[in-house]
Amino acid sequence: MQVERHDIELSVNGTIYRRAVESRILLSDFLRHDLELAGTHVGCEHGVCGACTILLDGAPIRSCLMLAVQANGHELSTVEGLAGRDGELHPVQQAMHDHHGLQCGYCTPGILMTMTAFLKQNSEPSEHEVREALSGNLCRCTGYQNVVDAMLAAAQTIRAAP
Amino acid sequence: MTTRFFGAPVKRNEDRKLLTGQALFVDDVELPGMLHIAFLRSQVAHARIRRIDVSRALARPGVTAVYTAADLGEYWKAGPLLVPPPPIEGSIFNARTQVPLAKDKVRHVGEPLAVVVADSRYIAEDALDDIEVDLEILPAVVDCEDALNSATHVHDDLGSNMAAHVRQSKGDYRRAAANAHLILKRRFLYEHGISSPIETRGVVALWNARGQHMTIWDTTQAPVFVRNGLAAMLGLGERQVRVIAPFVGGGFGPKIMMFYPEEVVLPWISMRLNRPVKWIEDRLEHFFATTHERGQIHDAEIALAADGRILGIKDVFMHDTGAYDPYGLTVPINSQCTLLGPYVVPNYDSTFTALFTNLPIVTPYRGAGRQHGVFVMERLLDLAAHALKVDPAEIRRRNLIPPDAFPYSNEIIFQDFQPLEYDSGNYEPVLDKALELIGYDHFIRDEQPRLRAEGRCVGIAVACYVEGTGIGPYEGAKVQIQANGKVNVATGIGTQGQGHFTSFAQIVADELGVDVTDVDIVTGDTDQFSWGAGTFASRGAVVAGTAVSEASRAVRKKALKLASDVFECSEDDLVLADGKVSITGISQKFIRLGDLAQRANPMRGAVSPGTEPGLESTQYFGPPMGATANGVHAAIIEVDPQTFDLKILKYVVVHDCGTVINPMILAGQIHGGVAQGIGNAFYEKLSFDEQGQLLNASLADYLLPTALEVPRMELDHTTTPSPLNPLGIKGAGEAGAIPVGPLFAQAIEDALDLKRNEVELLEIPLSPSRLFELTRMARVR
Repeated sequence: MQVERHDIELSVNGTIYRRAVESRILLSDFLRHDLELAGTHVGCEHGVCGACTILLDGAPIRSCLMLAVQANGHELSTVEGLAGRDGELHPVQQAMHDHHGLQCGYCTPGILMTMTAFLKQNSEPSEHEVREALSGNLCRCTGYQNVVDAMLAAAQTIRAAP
Repeated sequence: MTTRFFGAPVKRNEDRKLLTGQALFVDDVELPGMLHIAFLRSQVAHARIRRIDVSRALARPGVTAVYTAADLGEYWKAGPLLVPPPPIEGSIFNARTQVPLAKDKVRHVGEPLAVVVADSRYIAEDALDDIEVDLEILPAVVDCEDALNSATHVHDDLGSNMAAHVRQSKGDYRRAAANAHLILKRRFLYEHGISSPIETRGVVALWNARGQHMTIWDTTQAPVFVRNGLAAMLGLGERQVRVIAPFVGGGFGPKIMMFYPEEVVLPWISMRLNRPVKWIEDRLEHFFATTHERGQIHDAEIALAADGRILGIKDVFMHDTGAYDPYGLTVPINSQCTLLGPYVVPNYDSTFTALFTNLPIVTPYRGAGRQHGVFVMERLLDLAAHALKVDPAEIRRRNLIPPDAFPYSNEIIFQDFQPLEYDSGNYEPVLDKALELIGYDHFIRDEQPRLRAEGRCVGIAVACYVEGTGIGPYEGAKVQIQANGKVNVATGIGTQGQGHFTSFAQIVADELGVDVTDVDIVTGDTDQFSWGAGTFASRGAVVAGTAVSEASRAVRKKALKLASDVFECSEDDLVLADGKVSITGISQKFIRLGDLAQRANPMRGAVSPGTEPGLESTQYFGPPMGATANGVHAAIIEVDPQTFDLKILKYVVVHDCGTVINPMILAGQIHGGVAQGIGNAFYEKLSFDEQGQLLNASLADYLLPTALEVPRMELDHTTTPSPLNPLGIKGAGEAGAIPVGPLFAQAIEDALDLKRNEVELLEIPLSPSRLFELTRMARVR
């Protein structure tokens, strides 16, 4: 049985990757196992838990609900690209550290990606708006409270940034 | 020791890796030549296996091998009994443990029948469809009450479905009941769900034929036990097997079950094929292949004096243990013991029967049966308060164990085989604080009447619990000052988000005068530390934390001794701080710890007799028995009388877990526990049909609470140190999850004024649809 492969070219965190992929390969598997960007985590593979959230052309998507071939020609951002090149944490990462917004850390990459996109759209959210934005990301460790506090603090940092 | 870090909300050392996507989880392990594994799992709950034909699967391109139970030969064995039953007189216990691949019979949906090894997981899953399985389907035992008298037996050789029968008692309930002012009797149903960590389970096995060495990456909470067990099964020495539990994405109990079939099968395949192999559980598999906690049915009665004092409790309950019982009696014993709570119960008579069913295996999940017992006790007290017209908070207060009664013996045996004795506690201030924080009197007197007048249904609740934590047998730690001045600490427990990289570092940092960030903690790598039991029963900080403390103290002594030789002065004249040892009052006269570590391992000159090279020490700690933490949760909950949707308006936790190492980490543990408790109380329900099929095996249908369901919580603490360890710590990992069920039942009853309609909420989980049914049934009645 000859497996048909498709040539794709996409950018992840500013780096261009060219690969030949089988049409059925999930984008999440492609990122994790082909590109070895294993910071994107997989929790349910049916689009509910949100752990695999990445940005596609700036918008948060579930990478487990997309095929790698569908990402052809797009710009992707993953957790590996959040911190600055000098290692300086993004305000959302820093706030998660400061507020103890992570425990096992497995759902964290998805939360970081969802919320960086959200705070870009709404840098002055209410607590309820933060909770609503966060409600597509399941976390079993934190009870969300410290994540919510982290996001409110990150919003403040982002607003204050020049 | 001048305290600098111990007790402070120190931010976590482990965060950076996790926040930047650099932490290694099991599925991140990539090895050259690695093959991928998928398991063929039974789609029916109970059947005899007539034939499994794998020939078509083997013929598929990209498939390396397919194995069934028959291929495992001598290696095929039922798993070990992890926890033998406690020595309780007259107990019956029938051990029937899980097998690597089903042979002859399948006993629950999801039990593995065959395993495919292929170039990719995609191909391995394709090949599962090629396997032909011929089964003779049998009726399934699903309900644990029916299991008792069912003609269908999960284990044919047993002649019944009874897994265990245990009675424990203190005093004389019958006599107490004969003198009672009031006796109340009810049936209670409590079902706990599945822990659902966001990282499912996974195993990677790498056999190195030249080195005759096996490396296993495993999402386990107990790496040392896994190593020892697998070494024995594989015919290897313990030193030939290394088990690494790297970053693990949440555990909550089920990741300490052993041995899961996948843990047994993968290393065997790696040896046989001489290739590294990987299996990662998918979410659908997780619903069947990872253990559950599930349900109990309690027929309980309470005997009371006229003033609301408890004279005695009698409880007879059934416990669903699933298809196998590798974890012994831990869960039902915890239910039996924890029911007693923080109360004086002079007479107690508790009997349980554990039953095999054709459902996935039951093992501990955060709380580990404690919830079930606490639900029964707290609900009995609510019923009693109503019947005696005493305030629910007041009836609890009247029954609390007084502070001068500790250590307090309950005269029965706990899960650690020790007598159930509470080491220390001061319960009333915890209740007072919780009532004050929730505004109990004000709510009942002013708020609730005002809200009711507005037509709103808002109720209040308060629930108490104790939690046996920090049980033995022991843990150990090795602390070493390295030549670069950093301190390395290795311990045998696994870590799944509890912050051990930080809380243990705090203990070390204070003892050795270094910064928290200069302490590297290694957990869960058997090549670094190969003794210990694991992370369970809220014991990591208590037991391993104490070992870390003792080892640091020994290293401190060594460092001071060596420095006193270097400076030719008394140890009393030395100060250990800021990563160096200096002479008191002469701060320019110092030696860095790293240099001292190098001197402790000299190239020339003798290491004097009776001393060891290096600044290193390994110490062990085994507590005589578990330390008992306690707490009170209180909540104000609004219920929509049309939709029965809930809104938690206020949630308060006051908790006493002895001395606190890191209040920030502790708060996180409580928040997370409460969130899981809320899911258990009102959202998560495992819905099985009569064939033992789980009807809601997806995260779209099994409802884990989101940021919209979990409220902001107000926490407070009191501190009653434990006398059982030098640091005075008690465990805290499970406390948040324990009393949420009865709290919800009480608050909802109050909100909807259900008592007036003679509706009692005697079951968990509740849900909007269940509340609708219960209230409608009452109306019809």
